[in-house]
Amino acid sequence: MSGPSTFVPKSAIGRWFESRLPIMGLVHSSFIAFPVPRNLNYMWTFGAILAFMLIAQIITGVVLAMHYVPSATTAFQSISHIMRDVNYGWLMRYMHTNGASLFFLACYIHIFRGLYYGSFKPPRELLWIIGVIIYFLMAATAFLGYVLPWGAMSFAGATVITNLVTAIPFVGTGIAHWLWGGFAVGGPTVNRFFSLHYLLPFIIAAFVGLHVWALHVTGQNNPDGVEVQNVDRDTVPFTPYATMKDIFAVSVWLILYAWLIFFIPNYLLDADNYNIANPLVTPAHVVPEWYLLPFYAILRAIPNKLMGVVALFASIAILAFVPWLDRNPVKSAKYRPAFRFFFWVFVVICVLLGWIGSQEPGDAMTLVARILTVGYFGFFLVIMPILSFAEKTRPIPASIADAVLAKKPVPAE
Amino acid sequence: MTAATTTQAPNRRDFLYLATGAVGAVGVAAVAWPFIDQMNPDASTLAMASTEVDIAAVPEGQILTIKWRGGPVFVRHRTKKEIEDAQNVELSELRDPQTDASRVQKPEWLIVVGICTHLGCVPIGHEGKYEGWFCPCHGSVYDTSGRIRQGPAPLNLAVPEYKFLTDTRLKIG
Repeated sequence: MSGPSTFVPKSAIGRWFESRLPIMGLVHSSFIAFPVPRNLNYMWTFGAILAFMLIAQIITGVVLAMHYVPSATTAFQSISHIMRDVNYGWLMRYMHTNGASLFFLACYIHIFRGLYYGSFKPPRELLWIIGVIIYFLMAATAFLGYVLPWGAMSFAGATVITNLVTAIPFVGTGIAHWLWGGFAVGGPTVNRFFSLHYLLPFIIAAFVGLHVWALHVTGQNNPDGVEVQNVDRDTVPFTPYATMKDIFAVSVWLILYAWLIFFIPNYLLDADNYNIANPLVTPAHVVPEWYLLPFYAILRAIPNKLMGVVALFASIAILAFVPWLDRNPVKSAKYRPAFRFFFWVFVVICVLLGWIGSQEPGDAMTLVARILTVGYFGFFLVIMPILSFAEKTRPIPASIADAVLAKKPVPAE
Repeated sequence: MTAATTTQAPNRRDFLYLATGAVGAVGVAAVAWPFIDQMNPDASTLAMASTEVDIAAVPEGQILTIKWRGGPVFVRHRTKKEIEDAQNVELSELRDPQTDASRVQKPEWLIVVGICTHLGCVPIGHEGKYEGWFCPCHGSVYDTSGRIRQGPAPLNLAVPEYKFLTDTRLKIG
């Protein structure tokens, strides 16, 4: 869609610069002239919201790193120092902790939107896979960051997650000692986690660059799931249309962000993490942050340690295979009544898995968790392949313009 | 060009090409290793490999938790009933079959590493169906010999290397 840039700077200096490094042309073709499908709804503003959240996390994180002291003896105290002594330290920390939550919330909406409208289908498979990699990096970064305050839940989380590698036969324990820098999670662990927590966001930013690059090669999917055929009829320029819409959506998102920060800053945090880490005691009820609860529930649902860990990673990795599991040529769930039904069942399963993950382990809970785990994988491994062929889809519009301009909207909803 | 010329015997240049590549690969590996190994437990961590503890003050039925190599070790002064419970178990019932006798030096003292073999949480003593230990993280249940009985953990609580220096003095590690 985005051919060679036809951008010509107005000023002589601009033309001199552009002929040596065409960066203004890149910006112009990517964010100003870039053709955007004219039927996009507000679900398509989450890319901008996610970009905003990544930048917010990096800026607040850089600031926090100026005051945080990464070692087993100082980490916890330095968080208290940030909260009590540093000018606006409380604000920076609450922006960072709640920012992580909102980053994941936006990411989940973004992923579910991609599943619903078939944004993973050809020609966007690689775009989707880069997205799955970004999500995995986000989970790793969030985990590393959660360990840094060195509270009781930080310690328990670090212990449980790093112990996942001990499920690997023969070499698992050696790898765990290597990760810890000792025989248990301890001082060396928090130092290296800080180093990596500072590194990974920039790796994420690099992958976001690839994600946007791939997006601008294929162009955006859209709610009707038909490709752009005529740029003049089917699209509008990124600026001002998408720019303004994105700014408005980010502003609304900021209201939610500000509400969390200023009114319920600890609602999503765990009270146990305001106790300092103690390697000799595990908190009575160990739970991860809300955004990792569904995976935690899947881990606990499997009675075998190795298989539990395999299921945990498979539950994320399976997303990367979705382009080959769902091969129905109709992209949007708008024209796929059966897929739409199962999609919402899947959403409910994910939410219920999250709820189970927050509950204390017990026989009844384990049974429900197993049923839901089967449902989770069933959506990908059974429902998607079957509906690829067996579903009777509704007729899709001939073009984006037809979908938008039709006097009577397609009787889909 | 005939087939013979394309499959001629390796010459001096082929050898140099491969040898240079091999030396390069060894060089990359040799440089990579220090970057990997720096994360392994360091000398100061390895130096704390053993610890001594006085167990005279631990009454029957109580569990003493001590810190060894950065993690907990349980020293459990077992009651008669707990010892009997541990001994009267058919090995066929166990996921990781071990007799109680093979896990203790003195039946009244059970010494185990206090780290759940599932994902490393610290189990809580005197809890769970067998009143041994119960892990709050994912619900693994251990008996009074520290053997895994229910839940996701695959192995019994590990028995560290230890010896009784005197009747009341214990050296772990």
